[in-house]
Amino acid sequence: MSAVAITPDLIAQHQLTASEYDKIVEILGREPSYTELGVFSVMWSEHCSYKSSRLHLKKLPTRGKLVVQGPGENAGIIDVGGGYVIAFKIESHNHPSFIEPFQGAATGVGGILRDIFTMGARPIAVLDSLRFGPLDDPQNGPRNRRILEGVVAGIAHYGNCFGVPTVGGECIFEACYNGNPLVNVFALGVAKKEDIFYASAAGVGNPVIYVGAKTGRDGIHGASMASAEFTEESKQKRPNVQVGDPFLEKLLLEACLEAMQTGAIVAIQDMGAAGLTCSTCEMGSRGGTGIEIELDLVPQRETGMTPYEIMLSESQERMLLVAAKGREDEVFRVFRKWGLDAVSIGAVTGDGLLRVKQHGGTVAEIPNRELADEAPLYDRPHTESPPRPLAPSPARPVADPTQALKKLLASSDICSKRYIWEQYDYMVRTNTIAGPGADAAVVRIKENGVSVAMSLDGNSRYCYLSPREGAMLAVAECCRNLATVGAQPVAATNCLNFGNPERPEIMGQLVDAIEGMSEACRFFETPITGGNVSLYNETLGDGIWPTPVIGIVGLMQTAAPVTRDFKAPGRPIVLLGGIGACDEVRFGGTQYAKTILNQLWGLPPALDMDYEKRVHDAMREIVAAGLAESAHDVSDGGLAVAAAECCQGGVGAALHFESDLSPEFLLFHEGPSRILVSTAKADAVVEIATRHGVAAPRVGITMNGALTVGNRGEVLVSVTIDSLKAVYEESIEKQLRS
Amino acid sequence: MVRNLPGISKLMKFGVIVFPGSNCDHDAWFAVNRNLGHRAEFIWHDSASLGDIDAAILPGGFAYGDYLRCGAIAKFSPVMAAVRKFAADGGLVLGICNGFQILVEAGLLPGALMRNRNLKFICREVRLRTETLDSPFTAAAEPGQILRMPIAHGEGCYVADERTLDELEAEDRVAFRYVDNPNGSMRDIAGVLNARRNVMGMMPHPERATEPLMGSSDGLVVFRSMLIAGVTAAAMAGEPAALRI
Repeated sequence: MSAVAITPDLIAQHQLTASEYDKIVEILGREPSYTELGVFSVMWSEHCSYKSSRLHLKKLPTRGKLVVQGPGENAGIIDVGGGYVIAFKIESHNHPSFIEPFQGAATGVGGILRDIFTMGARPIAVLDSLRFGPLDDPQNGPRNRRILEGVVAGIAHYGNCFGVPTVGGECIFEACYNGNPLVNVFALGVAKKEDIFYASAAGVGNPVIYVGAKTGRDGIHGASMASAEFTEESKQKRPNVQVGDPFLEKLLLEACLEAMQTGAIVAIQDMGAAGLTCSTCEMGSRGGTGIEIELDLVPQRETGMTPYEIMLSESQERMLLVAAKGREDEVFRVFRKWGLDAVSIGAVTGDGLLRVKQHGGTVAEIPNRELADEAPLYDRPHTESPPRPLAPSPARPVADPTQALKKLLASSDICSKRYIWEQYDYMVRTNTIAGPGADAAVVRIKENGVSVAMSLDGNSRYCYLSPREGAMLAVAECCRNLATVGAQPVAATNCLNFGNPERPEIMGQLVDAIEGMSEACRFFETPITGGNVSLYNETLGDGIWPTPVIGIVGLMQTAAPVTRDFKAPGRPIVLLGGIGACDEVRFGGTQYAKTILNQLWGLPPALDMDYEKRVHDAMREIVAAGLAESAHDVSDGGLAVAAAECCQGGVGAALHFESDLSPEFLLFHEGPSRILVSTAKADAVVEIATRHGVAAPRVGITMNGALTVGNRGEVLVSVTIDSLKAVYEESIEKQLRS
Repeated sequence: MVRNLPGISKLMKFGVIVFPGSNCDHDAWFAVNRNLGHRAEFIWHDSASLGDIDAAILPGGFAYGDYLRCGAIAKFSPVMAAVRKFAADGGLVLGICNGFQILVEAGLLPGALMRNRNLKFICREVRLRTETLDSPFTAAAEPGQILRMPIAHGEGCYVADERTLDELEAEDRVAFRYVDNPNGSMRDIAGVLNARRNVMGMMPHPERATEPLMGSSDGLVVFRSMLIAGVTAAAMAGEPAALRI
């Protein structure tokens, strides 16, 4: 079929092993053509096939009473009542965002949005989990700053124009991301339950219709690029990054949703990673059917494109759909209205084969199921992470607590990210009830009186010390964030960012993190309905710390939100969950250890999931009873930082403790299961907490002008609100301009 | 809900123009239908006529991707001829954000909208000072009333030559000014009127401030003002059903 000789070199260039190639020959019963080799290489890449992780992903819980669709489709779907569902998923676009930050991040947003609306859901929220190298890194600082500016501008460019609000997320800085920034994008959409669409081709003879942008030479082998480490040569891969057009995607969204209403669409899938290859063989495989297409009919941006290029192109803003035979015109009419290409390029067949033709001749013929679902599966060797030092070295100096607090508030992980999120339209569609800066983002569904709360979390510092405990803590914190605004967690999505899985210690991190996440998601009853694995996050042999990111969605009745800031002076403050426990070993992963001591040791904070859940139950009851004037969970930076954050609205507090903990531990330990609540009715709050078996000491009172913290009569922190606000708000911009 | 504003018994009909790339069209529709309690309908950009609407809204978004220049392509949409005629006949036309940019490009309002001073998109709540009550978009405000509503734009810096700016001020055609200028707009201008005072463009989003859950209801002032104007216009046209005292 092809003039290009398939040599061992060519096979290796396609990142296929000898045994993988043997399997291809076995499936085909012959040598593959050059086009077929390309098709197999992208479908069997780590990015598309999950060949290193699939075995372990099976351990994750995926079922729940509200789950309509679990993993395996373009996005997970949850029933939110009143005849409505939400579709959501998180995906990474790490590798492209390093090579070309603006377009890499922009197309990351575009890709996940298509995953949502291909299911018939209109996107109503985006959140981002970002990781960069330190902005003040002596060697890489300038590049890190440029990458951050580019990624943020790319997200803003795409989301703002498309018209989806970017309502929250997180942004963390560690040296391990110097050569491997992470861009994980979460999107969520809403649909009527009867209007869900799936990507399962059915009906022999039904036309296969290509819609949206024309196919160009951009993004060829993007999926394979995302499945390899970065080397010096990676810079040459810049042409592999696609260029996004959010305006076209907005038209595609409206046209797809309108076309779905005609009833003429049988199945639909976006063309994301591996483009036309992936959408054809996956739709065929899911439906147990074959698909035959003629490449001459594919709208093309450039002349002289080979079958290999057309099949592997990752040009953006394209969809493939199967329509009911004889009703094509209803579909074409809608796309014509929106000024988009819509062309029948082939048909569903009964033979289970992906048959690709060009100029009438067959250029590829591969069984769909084997190509899409029988990719190699590896049980890669995995070992425990080497033990981390259990104590700091040398002995810790003692810092002035007030100065330490200010330094923490100015640190890039903790400081206000307003500079970033003000570049995003976080309120278009007028559903945003709690936006960026809140513990959890809350977006209402206008149609049914229900609001969706969303939170993303992942602490690679904790995961470096213990991938298992770190993953569990991320789940716990997400659920706590949702409880803080009064929402009940119902489902989750995950993005697993790790290094090279062919190294046993990296594979060990992945396995441990999945198992920890699995255990916690089971406990908190948040089944994982989909997600993404991003491996090979390494540059020149340096891998990132294990960074499993979890996104959890919760539900609540639509109501005015409980927010972080103290509202009025003279209100009692309750520390729901209590002061918590800490020791030297459990202090080594804190922001205090990072920023003040410049060290990392020991283990992450200890988590008691049962207690954590009782804190959440109590918190939800407090919110539902209308008792919380403000609420904020204690996390990065500990109690002192949480209190200082609550003061950002201008109302301060006087806190006083009777604790045996050292000042450092008391103020800055990051033990979970704690929420700071200000209330006009402390008795009622304490009563609810007590009923749930949760400690709820009254730790102070709100006041104007200052934050003071004391322990047993000794003043530890005393600072004006103005000075706290200044360091908290100005830090990021100062660092970017340095 | 202000449906029971004194004197209004008939529902006023707003036409929300939808360009390819408009993305605040649903927000304007929702603000009118749900929070104002009146009627809104979408008008597709290739329509030759605006039908029997009482007022037109050009919503926010990125019409034609804002490629070339904000509003530069949208002004050639077929519907713009109908909008021009509607305005020439005295109809109320409100351009919000991208809608303001389109009205400026179409020559229905003076000036231009350039990139924000910091060269970045800015989304935040701002405070506006109402500069005139003498318009169908501000008549329901208190003199000098401060209104809270969001901005969300990358190109909202209002510029015009000195003579135009002087003229706008002399003719009392500055509808709103920013209290804390977020984008570098000349003379802090956030919204302007045409000479006949029946066309207004503003960068801030009144439709995003029409109920407490949105964080502010101050945007209703703009829509209520349009209702009053609509009632008055109907009364003068001799439609008794529209006016009941």
